Amino acid sequence: MSIDQSTAAKVAKLARIKVEDAALPALADEFNNILGFIEQLNEVDVEGVEPMTSVTPQRLKRRKDEVTDGNQQDKILANAPDAREGFFAVPKVVE
Amino acid sequence: MSDLNKLGLAEARDALRKGDTTSVELTEACLKAIDAADALNAFVHKTPEIAMERAKAADERIKAGEAPSMCGLPIGIKDLFCTKGVPSQAASKILEGFKPEYESTVSQKLADAGSVMLGKLNMDEFAMGSSNETSVYGNAVSPWRRGNDDAQLTPGGSSGGSASAVAADLCLAATGTDTGGSIRQPAAFTGTVGIKPTYGRCSRWGIVAFASSLDQAGPMTKSVRDAAIMLEAMCGHDPKDSTSAELTVPDFEAMLTGDIRGKKIGIPKEYRMDGMPGEIGKLWSDGAEMLKAAGAEIVDISLPHTKYALPAYYVIAPAEASSNLARYDGVRYGRRATLEAGDGITEMYEKTRAEGFGHEVQRRVMVGTYVLSAGFYDAYYNRARKVRTLIKKDFEDVFAAGVDAILTPATPSAAFGLGEMTEADPVQMYLNDVFTVTVNLAGLPGIAVPAGLDKQGLPLGLQLIGKPWEEGDLLNTAYALENAAGFVAKPQQWW
Repeated sequence: MSIDQSTAAKVAKLARIKVEDAALPALADEFNNILGFIEQLNEVDVEGVEPMTSVTPQRLKRRKDEVTDGNQQDKILANAPDAREGFFAVPKVVE
Repeated sequence: MSDLNKLGLAEARDALRKGDTTSVELTEACLKAIDAADALNAFVHKTPEIAMERAKAADERIKAGEAPSMCGLPIGIKDLFCTKGVPSQAASKILEGFKPEYESTVSQKLADAGSVMLGKLNMDEFAMGSSNETSVYGNAVSPWRRGNDDAQLTPGGSSGGSASAVAADLCLAATGTDTGGSIRQPAAFTGTVGIKPTYGRCSRWGIVAFASSLDQAGPMTKSVRDAAIMLEAMCGHDPKDSTSAELTVPDFEAMLTGDIRGKKIGIPKEYRMDGMPGEIGKLWSDGAEMLKAAGAEIVDISLPHTKYALPAYYVIAPAEASSNLARYDGVRYGRRATLEAGDGITEMYEKTRAEGFGHEVQRRVMVGTYVLSAGFYDAYYNRARKVRTLIKKDFEDVFAAGVDAILTPATPSAAFGLGEMTEADPVQMYLNDVFTVTVNLAGLPGIAVPAGLDKQGLPLGLQLIGKPWEEGDLLNTAYALENAAGFVAKPQQWW
């Protein structure tokens, strides 16, 4: 499996990380290097093996579906880069 | 008493209880040492006001005879832990200016146990790295040097600031976190003790997430006894972390008898890597001899899937990271890129993440995105999770055969110089975790114990791996190893 520049650009787009066109060849090389390392996993016979979902045998805890917290608007907005009138502010999303 | 900052937790605790010193004196000694050690770049956010306030409160509690286990003991907190009102940046530019409105469960438990927070410690960005060279704060520097060579060495990573601070006696102990070896590798590089407990022992709530199925917090200390004291204070069930175990936490310190007679210690043949330096091989066999002399039985074991641990890790950890780090979008907290006229929300995300994440973090997020993307999910991610099942089974099989603990080297070499790995490809850096990463994949407890010096005078560590939830027994075996190894070397102060 080899990654070309257009795949690297697609991955960067999916990850929402801006990568300049000039940086794409180097990025594709890095991916190929790392994926080459990962390819070793193909040597392992995994026939009939369950993929791990939890490293300890316990089941995830459940709790009642009810409100346990809230009324902390100020605290939640305190670290926002741009908060206005009690909301997170972002560039225009809808035309 | 002089040089109070050089004490360990147990010694300082006993001195406080006897009235030989006060928490204020201990704390002042540490704050002075911290201010004199800016060259190490270990403490990146100092909190002297909080420290003095907590020290005074601790002295009152000691006087009143109601001192909890870590009352008055000054410690450092890795920058990955959210600490209320104190910058908590995970050493990333993208969290510039972030001051949490809440406290992580582990740092809260440590505060409840009476400890004194001196400040926040340097680390690799989002705990991704093995040398503390990916930090937005710049490199943390090891107090150790190769003899008279003044080349700066790495304290290891990702908990590099914690390791440097403890080794240089800037604090009595520090918190670390370990996703693939980030407590044990820096501990080994700096002649300190670091334990990663069983997955689920420490709450992950309020710790900036890297790879949630692997991340665990743990203490970095000057001795095994100190590790037992501090680990106990950090552990315990937390309803806010759904993977936190509902198990009682034993009195780990009381389990340190040093008696390991009849214990079966496994030596895994797969850990004898090609090209392993002779010094590491010798340290390992010396360690086995020491445990044998203490009455343990040494047995050869096999963990056949060891070779596949690192490649599995470099699928699973980036996959989880790409998901966890999706939250850094410049909307709710942290730093947003400056936008140009006409930039929409997608440009905001893309520019914010390109500017805010360092190179290694970007690389891992993108690798994770790739292995989770449509068409590759089964080939990479599901296959890695199946291999993880097999790696865990390797350990289950040897424990079922009667092995109590496993002895391995902690790292494939002593500390390397800062910048020496710059030209190497990322995979070379990843090999630092070759002996530690299996433990995270299997969810087991592992501890690094300083066991000797290499020919350049740098510390080398051994790792002991224990059964799930058997940290007490593991600490006791580590205690026996520590006693036998008699490691007392300290770095010469140059900073």
